[in-house]
Amino acid sequence: MFYLMSHNYLKLNSKIPQGSIKDKWENYKSTLKLVSPNNRSNIEIIVVGTGLSGGSACASLSELGYNVKAFCYQDSPRRAHSVAAQGGINASKNYKGDNDSVYQLFYDTIKGGDYRSREANVYRLSEISSNIIDQCVAQGVPFARDYAGYLETRSFGGTKVSRTFYAKGQTGQQLLLSCYSAMSRQIGKGRIKMYNRHEMLDLVVIEGVARGIIARNLISGEIERHAAHAVIIASGGYGNVFFLSTNAMGSNASAIWKVHNKGGFFANPCFTQIHPTCIPLQGDYQSKLTLMSESLRNDGRIWVPKKLEDAFLIRKETKKPEEINDEDRDFYLERRYPSFGNLVPRDVASRAAKERCDKGFGIENNETKEGVFLDFSSAIYKYGQEKANEIGIKKYNDIDIVNLGEKIMESKYGNLFHMYEKITNKNPYKTPMKIYPAVHYTMGGLWVDYNLMSSIPGCYVIGEANFSDHGANRLGASALMQGLADGYFILPYTIPDYLSRYVKDPKKISITHEEFEKSEINVKNRIKKFFVNKGKIPVDFFHKKLGSIMWEYVGMSRNHVKLSKAIKKIQELRNNFWENVFVPGKIEDGLNYELEKAGRVADFLELGELMAMDALQRKESCGSHFREEYQTEEGETLRDDVNYKYVSVWEKEENKSISDEIMHKENLNFTFVKVQSRSYK
Amino acid sequence: MGKLLSLKLKIWRQRNNKEKGFFKTYHVNNISPNSSFLETLDFLNNQIICNEIKKESSPIAFDHDCREGICGMCSLYINGRPHGPDNLITTCQLHMRNFRDGETIYVEPWRAKPFPIIKDLIVDRSSFDRIMISGGYISVNTSGNPIDGNMIPISKDIADKAFDASICIGCGACVVACKNRSAMLFVSAKVSQFSLLPQGKIERKRRVLNMVNKMDEEGFGSCTNTKACEAECPKGISTEYISFMNKEYIRSFTI
Repeated sequence: MFYLMSHNYLKLNSKIPQGSIKDKWENYKSTLKLVSPNNRSNIEIIVVGTGLSGGSACASLSELGYNVKAFCYQDSPRRAHSVAAQGGINASKNYKGDNDSVYQLFYDTIKGGDYRSREANVYRLSEISSNIIDQCVAQGVPFARDYAGYLETRSFGGTKVSRTFYAKGQTGQQLLLSCYSAMSRQIGKGRIKMYNRHEMLDLVVIEGVARGIIARNLISGEIERHAAHAVIIASGGYGNVFFLSTNAMGSNASAIWKVHNKGGFFANPCFTQIHPTCIPLQGDYQSKLTLMSESLRNDGRIWVPKKLEDAFLIRKETKKPEEINDEDRDFYLERRYPSFGNLVPRDVASRAAKERCDKGFGIENNETKEGVFLDFSSAIYKYGQEKANEIGIKKYNDIDIVNLGEKIMESKYGNLFHMYEKITNKNPYKTPMKIYPAVHYTMGGLWVDYNLMSSIPGCYVIGEANFSDHGANRLGASALMQGLADGYFILPYTIPDYLSRYVKDPKKISITHEEFEKSEINVKNRIKKFFVNKGKIPVDFFHKKLGSIMWEYVGMSRNHVKLSKAIKKIQELRNNFWENVFVPGKIEDGLNYELEKAGRVADFLELGELMAMDALQRKESCGSHFREEYQTEEGETLRDDVNYKYVSVWEKEENKSISDEIMHKENLNFTFVKVQSRSYK
Repeated sequence: MGKLLSLKLKIWRQRNNKEKGFFKTYHVNNISPNSSFLETLDFLNNQIICNEIKKESSPIAFDHDCREGICGMCSLYINGRPHGPDNLITTCQLHMRNFRDGETIYVEPWRAKPFPIIKDLIVDRSSFDRIMISGGYISVNTSGNPIDGNMIPISKDIADKAFDASICIGCGACVVACKNRSAMLFVSAKVSQFSLLPQGKIERKRRVLNMVNKMDEEGFGSCTNTKACEAECPKGISTEYISFMNKEYIRSFTI
């Protein structure tokens, strides 16, 4: 691993505008070049991925008049995994009058990210947040309303205000469908050309700028060339490197990894969010983990038994959680973090759950015994009592109250409770949910400047695929906010500044250019390699194996020994993969899921190594990145602001291996918040 | 954990849209009742791939993605029912505890003219996209500066009703449950969501006309009120919205 500064270091200009934080974005916008409406239709833009960021970018850019080509691997843009986001979307509207403000949201996000995100980007996000809600309302998103007809909010982790707007437990679905509607309108006009069931397999860079992609038609198997004036990557995160995660089965890192291979810098790859409330692992047949929304922590209390023997009996299923009295329950989040209680940020809640389970208090009846309770009984009772008072029932008994309370819970979280019951066969209204942390989101991603452009000119990266806003830990309900901010409101302002160079000469680049030729040959050769390989082992075997290495050594708790081991193990596994992987079928067959998976796993096997390398070099604990060597006496993260207050930015040189990647540092300057130790106690 | 299951699966295989399909029989053993139906197909595919090294056969192609019942990508008739023998779920949420040991399970792709088969169990549902393109939106620009969200108060009942329509995942179960292969539940859910909300009322006439016309053009059948769609809808969307859409449709011819 080298820590040199190559000539490419110059590309690491974050382009953060000067001036006070409040004026940065406003002033900067006025300096950006424009493209006049009659010139826009001569310009083509490729968007890879149609989730919240990609979908919103497609809609906004095509409305402005650009020609957009959109790609997604699903059969329709409506299925992108943003659809699965449950809890809500943050905005600093201060509708509740609880002293929320742009600054407060900005501060919470910076602190939540443990001072490892970019101040200017976060402030801009916070400024835009309110506009997103208005926009979505205008598009017909049925957000929750109160009885007066105004927008309702709830609380999420890491904040002391109520600023999360929601549509039951399906906020992501509603926001995505409204994006999809906006896209549909433009597809109808012919301004967006939609390529469903297509996967990007390479970025084409000509004379140093991004000019197109190579994509595979997943149905026919054809390899296609697509040229454009700019390429936007909105392909989401890389949590599936862990095999088991809350991501969709098809979520993958291939698009961002191809950009990285072509010279795009990769920032903070080791920052992975482990979400505290997911349904625990049941068995080795399991293909994915299911999230239970963070919003449940508004009303659910997390606990494990105080006594080891109770935990044992619960695991054996000879004692029921309901039979344990309050005094014998350890509400460990309320105990350790009284001021935030059950609403501490995700990284903190996850580590606390792991700490209890490592000590033997886990309650799940599975191999690992890992699991804690998320209990709604007090909330059900409280809401039941309120309702009974409200409708004026004088004489009521506990059963009536519980019935009333359960109805209220149903109206708030009905779909989540239903989902839980279908998976576990247990009724969460009657018995506490069992939950445990699982891989959910990746804060790291391709490096971008203030314009959201990667280190390759003309290649923009938005949404979860970039790195800039969430630092070392993302707060709940901020992913939707960032995705839509990037796509609806930031990119449409910054990208014309770049595209204006093509106004005078908008001639399309020919797809017969030698760089297209070269890229296509590379893509085809790699596919061919899978078929001529005489291996005998299915792709899933390698993916599961990689997942278990990542979870064990690069997961919630890391140290020098584990990480060094991980790097070696991943390298071995990668060699083994290329020797022994078996992909059934023939090249000319077309649709072939195993081939798609093989390509994605091959990329994960490289990215995994970089994640471990990044975690190894960061000799501090911050946010989601917990190095056992660097912790306080109470087991909290111990940051090192003197030596590690930077973004680690990795550069891969052509034809060199992962272990030879060069790390650059983008120093983080905090001039508008005081860098403090991050406490939720 | 319950007893492990042994099952006989009769699965529809079809190489592409032109060749004829057929049922092929497979056996799987040691299936955990807590695993999901798609995990059982994963297991079977793994078995097929491992055997394939010896003989000619390919894994079963089926659509799936989020595996938590929200993306709408998974489909399948399982023993003749869209999304299988349980209510209010998608196939990815169907768990093997719904089957008995030794049972024979029939797995087929969705069968409807507007959903042509691509391969094995995968169908093409882009007809739904085309219906959306014909009018499933509010014509507001997304890069604009709309008015404050609270400037449009919406009563809780209306907001909730619009929400209950909006949760459609576009899987197509309503179509394949219907003997007429009608898409009325799908279309009415979108039409109702927007017509109920003040933001969407402005273009309600145009929207319902365009979407209904497109639905007919795509070859979906008519509604004869059997309510099979509601019974099989994984999100439990009510046929009330079909009545609502019919009213909207008639209204669109008045001034």
